Amino acid sequence: MLSIGLGHYLTLAAIIFTIGVVGIFLNRKNVIVILMSIELILLAVNINLVAFSIFINDLGGQIFTLFILTVAAAEAAIGLAIIVVYFRNSDTIRVEEIKNLKG
Amino acid sequence: MIAHSVFFYIFSLIAIISAVMVTVSKNTVHSVFFLILDFFSISCLFIMIGAEFLGMIMLIVYVGAVAVLFLFVVMMLNVAEQKGQWFSSRWDGGTHIPIGLLVSLIIFFELIIVIGGWKYKPDLLNSLSINISNEVTNTRSIGNVLYTDYILLFQISGMILLVAMIGAIVLTYRERAGVKRQSYVKQISRERDEGVDLVEAEKNKGVKIDA
Repeated sequence: MLSIGLGHYLTLAAIIFTIGVVGIFLNRKNVIVILMSIELILLAVNINLVAFSIFINDLGGQIFTLFILTVAAAEAAIGLAIIVVYFRNSDTIRVEEIKNLKG
Repeated sequence: MIAHSVFFYIFSLIAIISAVMVTVSKNTVHSVFFLILDFFSISCLFIMIGAEFLGMIMLIVYVGAVAVLFLFVVMMLNVAEQKGQWFSSRWDGGTHIPIGLLVSLIIFFELIIVIGGWKYKPDLLNSLSINISNEVTNTRSIGNVLYTDYILLFQISGMILLVAMIGAIVLTYRERAGVKRQSYVKQISRERDEGVDLVEAEKNKGVKIDA
């Protein structure tokens, strides 16, 4: 309990990952919160990689986390741009009112 | 050691609570603020276990750029206030909430099982690729491999950022009607004949200029 091991970090990452998944499922407000939940999931993955990297003494995990950070930033930029365009076209980004994608 | 575990519990508690608040809070601006708090506490954890460079990069990239971008979009689209909407599901009879909770619980327990089970893989330690040495700092050792072994991936990630930037600009660009623009071609290719008009001025009459 008092000495922090790998399991503690992995449990923290699992909890945050699950909260992100719950956020995607439960969200009915707007798409921006879904994007934030995706950021939470990526954060949990980063915690896993960094914790493994430190505890088994291998730098590869931290390098990989750096690239995940890059891709996450790009994804956030593109996603927010799409949301801005959608809002401009249809004046809402509420999840339950977005139905233009239905075939 | 005691201090380390106390700070671990403090920061992880803050991280979990703020992650819950990101998904739960009614105001989207508050969600973004809790996201910032979450990133902040996780980067404190990173710094605590010895990944200082990643913790600082996390602060700079996420708190400084991504979260501010979210805040920008939330405030620009004016969708922050949601008028008492709290997990209401008017349209599909509310079946998605229990199903979502069930799926998330299954995912959580699967992750917990995996955490318990990875100990029984003893050859994990034998597959090390890059050892962390205690002599050099974290930043320096990352730089040592990032610019040598991973230079190709590094450049590809730069290309990803470039493509994302161009894509975001192209997506949000819109042609506005009635905006006067500079035309460099027109300006440069202007000749003397169309620019200068020589007029014979009469005395005491002045010159009439056509617009």
